[in-house]
Amino acid sequence: MKNSSTKEKVTWAVISVLVLLYALFPVASILATSFKQPSDLTTGKFLPTEWSTVNYEQILVGEAQGLFLSSLRNSIGIALIATFIAVVLATLCAYAIARLDFPGKKMILTTALAVSIFPVISIVTPLFNLWRTIGLYDTWPGLIIPYLSLTLPISIWTLAAFFRQIPWELEQAAQVDGATTWQAFRKAIVPLAAPGVFTTAIIAFFIAWNDFVYGISLTSTEAARPVPAALAFFTGASQFEEPTGAISAAAIIVTIPIVLLVLLFQRQIVSGLTQGAVKG
Amino acid sequence: MSTSVKTSSPATGKQKRAAQPYSERAKGERRLGWLLAGPAFVVMLAVTAYPIVQAAYDSLFNYRLTAPSEREFIGLGNYGVILTDFVWWRDLGVTLLITVVTVVVELILGFALALVMHKALKSVRGLLRTAILVPYGIITVVSAFAWFYAFDINSGYINNWFNWVPGIDPDLNWFAGTWSSLFVIMASEIWKTTPFISLLLLAGLAQVPDELTEAAEVDGATWWERMSRVILPNMKAAIMVAVLFRALDAFRIFDNVFIMTNGAFGTEVLSLLAYRTSISRLEIGMGSAVSVLLFICVLLICFIAIKLFKVDLAGARGSK
Repeated sequence: MKNSSTKEKVTWAVISVLVLLYALFPVASILATSFKQPSDLTTGKFLPTEWSTVNYEQILVGEAQGLFLSSLRNSIGIALIATFIAVVLATLCAYAIARLDFPGKKMILTTALAVSIFPVISIVTPLFNLWRTIGLYDTWPGLIIPYLSLTLPISIWTLAAFFRQIPWELEQAAQVDGATTWQAFRKAIVPLAAPGVFTTAIIAFFIAWNDFVYGISLTSTEAARPVPAALAFFTGASQFEEPTGAISAAAIIVTIPIVLLVLLFQRQIVSGLTQGAVKG
Repeated sequence: MSTSVKTSSPATGKQKRAAQPYSERAKGERRLGWLLAGPAFVVMLAVTAYPIVQAAYDSLFNYRLTAPSEREFIGLGNYGVILTDFVWWRDLGVTLLITVVTVVVELILGFALALVMHKALKSVRGLLRTAILVPYGIITVVSAFAWFYAFDINSGYINNWFNWVPGIDPDLNWFAGTWSSLFVIMASEIWKTTPFISLLLLAGLAQVPDELTEAAEVDGATWWERMSRVILPNMKAAIMVAVLFRALDAFRIFDNVFIMTNGAFGTEVLSLLAYRTSISRLEIGMGSAVSVLLFICVLLICFIAIKLFKVDLAGARGSK
């Protein structure tokens, strides 16, 4: 059993190739498209006949630069702030849930669950109206606040799952050894909790980065429009040019860093996602 | 596993705290608990409960943003209009179709992937898990564009790949018909979310005790018997969570449809109907009514799932 036979190796090689093809096909597809020249877009071939960086130039230094770079700035800023607020609030909340005994714990977790199944589109109509009245429409806070409805629930669930596994007795042991309460907490608990908080932050960031409905509904200009919404409204440099190439290049630029992040922290992300969902 | 450990215990020598009457300590803990958890709780209520109440209120008015002065109370009039219109029922049908098909396919595909990863040799396991996380890192809009460009009549290459298959029209315009459009929309949705399901199921598989499976194998149970009698029943919680959360997600599908067809050729889903009514046409009253109806549908799905499968929603997620 230990030494895998050649047949077994071949089987696994074939399976791996199939899974890789499955996972990478759309990425490869949009990557290939992003290197095509405008004249090359309609050949019906997967690969470009001649590799060209014209699309990247267009969105990074060319005519479409303003449109793309401002949306990139908006996306990074808004998603980071929404993640930060969600993780801080969720850390406090999850700590209380895992550590303290108080009535209403279950209600808070149920509320988080209810919020996460809420249809975003049901929230967006009243917000659209309210934001226009109070001046939050097309601003950063106008997106950060609704993003909390996406990032907070999953952060609370994931962190509560992490915090429950921390052996809190360690803190008392440290205190017995002469550490003050704060020292004991900082030295014994924080190092154990930090990876969970970090994982949660990555997951929350992805969710905010992925949003589309709020992005297209609550913004109208480059002031706050995030990347996904900007891609949908990308009309190319001129009216008659198909924006296919430019959109593909922009898509690659926003995809590569995120995919690298996923691959780098895959172990933590998998445990965070599955623990939050299955074990809680 | 115990969910909480008391902050202080007599053994630590913290006499002052230990000497306090129990009820007072419990009160202090209660206060601290709400102090820490309260802000998150309040924010969650504010960003969801407020909007849905406001939507319910707005839905009772004939209210267009283009003519705010004509705002007029009409009771349930908007709901009457929507529920007697065929568009609502058609969009509901399309949404339900997408939900059922994608969840079933994702479950089968996800389970196959989970089994592969569960049994994989150590050397390939890491590679496989890494690969299937790629779709998770890609934003839905980008995946929608990737699929759209692959099948698009102008820029697509898919037709060329399959033109050797008899009966396939090399000039087929996928986005000019309901079924072909829905096929690509669902393929994109399935591609993006199957990996997540497979990870959930893999975690579920890991919780099935090995002794049970081995004992069944020793007793001469076939692969199918082991699967249906031992493994699947032990994974019930993981499967239910995956199905319910994916079903609710699929029911709210928006990005893929918006990018690929924008609802053309009878591919409009309920989210898109709500978006178009309120944000595009600025009919706030009518749009709010659609939003409330969509919300009620989601509640109904949860209710049916809980009744039908007897899952304790909070329990399934909240305990092992």
